[in-house]
Amino acid sequence: MLAYRGGEPISAAQFLADVHRLAPLLGAGRHVLNACADRYHFLVGFAACLASGKVNLLPPTHTPEVLRQLRRFAPDAICLTDDPQGAPPLPCVPFPRNIAPLLPVMNVPQLETDRLAAYVFTSGSTGTPVAHPKTWGRLVDCVSQEVVQLGLDANVAATLVATVPPQHMYGFESSVLLPLVGGMVLCAERPFYPADIAAVLASVPRPRVLVSTPVHLRALLAASISLPSLRLIVCSTAPLPQQLATEVEERFEAQLLEIYGSTETGQIAVRRPTTTAEWRLWSGVHLEARGSETWAQNGHIEQPTRLCDVLELTGEGRFLLHGRVADLVNIAGKRSSLAYLNHQLNSIAGVQDGAFFHVEDTRSSHTGVTRLAACVVAPQLDAARLLAALRERIDPVFLPRPLLFVARLPRNSTGKLPQEALRSLAAGKSKPARAG
Amino acid sequence: MSDKLSPIRQPASPADNAALTRQVAGLIVAALNLDVAPEQIDPDQPLYGEGLGLDSIDILEIALVVSKEYGVQLRADSEENVRIFSSLRKLVDYIITHRTK
Repeated sequence: MLAYRGGEPISAAQFLADVHRLAPLLGAGRHVLNACADRYHFLVGFAACLASGKVNLLPPTHTPEVLRQLRRFAPDAICLTDDPQGAPPLPCVPFPRNIAPLLPVMNVPQLETDRLAAYVFTSGSTGTPVAHPKTWGRLVDCVSQEVVQLGLDANVAATLVATVPPQHMYGFESSVLLPLVGGMVLCAERPFYPADIAAVLASVPRPRVLVSTPVHLRALLAASISLPSLRLIVCSTAPLPQQLATEVEERFEAQLLEIYGSTETGQIAVRRPTTTAEWRLWSGVHLEARGSETWAQNGHIEQPTRLCDVLELTGEGRFLLHGRVADLVNIAGKRSSLAYLNHQLNSIAGVQDGAFFHVEDTRSSHTGVTRLAACVVAPQLDAARLLAALRERIDPVFLPRPLLFVARLPRNSTGKLPQEALRSLAAGKSKPARAG
Repeated sequence: MSDKLSPIRQPASPADNAALTRQVAGLIVAALNLDVAPEQIDPDQPLYGEGLGLDSIDILEIALVVSKEYGVQLRADSEENVRIFSSLRKLVDYIITHRTK
């Protein structure tokens, strides 16, 4: 068995039949934006691309600006979607609705390890996304290490429920490739609300693994909901405070393992935050300190990569994480940089000057997500028009809250814009009167 | 079963409804740190995307606040969910019919 949907099993034979049926529908082009929301559909699309020599495109977001850049990168790109109404403006192939007839002979395609499987994208800092090629062999190497590091026994087929999208690098590795490579069973659903997560878990047999994020784990704790018994909880996308990790392990009576990785490198380390702050590196991956930077290479990593975090190497294959490089932004697992966001803001007609910045958030939020703020000089624009223009260019998770209109930005004598000066400016602006 | 014990909730009066709408708007503004006053939220404007400009993290936050405050557990696996968040009025209607506290 390969997957569950609505608690109903989908067999490996059905999977092969679905892949065989889909592959010829993807046309003659080489690139496929795999936008399927259903995790099983995504997997079938991914495998159909591999089987027919095509490459999956996995951009972090589908804003009009990103799609324009994607079309420049791959003019032949089509979109595979299971939501034709909500599909991006590309030639679309709807995922077939009916079940494919089983094949008389099961023919498992054999893939060379250097086969290009996917391009994943990071936002870059100059407004042009950077494409990172992922080859099949290295993806398998990475996820094979994950099976070992998570202590998952390939002889006991665990069922894997994930709250993350299959297109995000973490979701791609830990909710699509991990079950495929590790002999686990994936759930097609992507439950969102706490009650949905509990219901999907309850619809599948033990042992169960929950692949999630700090946002969803916080929501589960806040909802005072009980979950069916779990074998393991996997968390990534943002650092998990130790207190939260302890609460999660106590409430759901399961071990919680945290994964560290990036779009560029894939996942490279694991830790159990309730027992240690130290991360254990995937075997074969090597870290090297170069001045204040840390570079990762070898193992499954495609090419030496500078990590976007501040790391302290504590021993062979071990390290501590000391936060992110100041320019980088991570909101609910979506990553960008202040430089990229500022570039987009200042590219809008009518914006004379503008800057994003981090703000302290003292509210007691259930999801623990803090947004960015922005100051802007744009006398001809109002908030609604400016936000609509930004929405065309950046993922909505980065939209500024608050967005402050100012006469000029607090640049210092060298033209630099200290984050602290922006925060003081924001603190000085009075908020609109609130009732109640 | 006597009338007193009937589990069917009486329809809310328009005045109760307006008070609850103000209260829910206040909860949303406070929970999401929005730069608008609660009474400025148009009850028929979409909450998602264009209207109030909220995204899925906001919707999750609202769902948690609403479940704490009114004992309503939201589920995403139905068409209903799209309707619930299509406007403040629809969300309030849903709370009125499903609240347990």
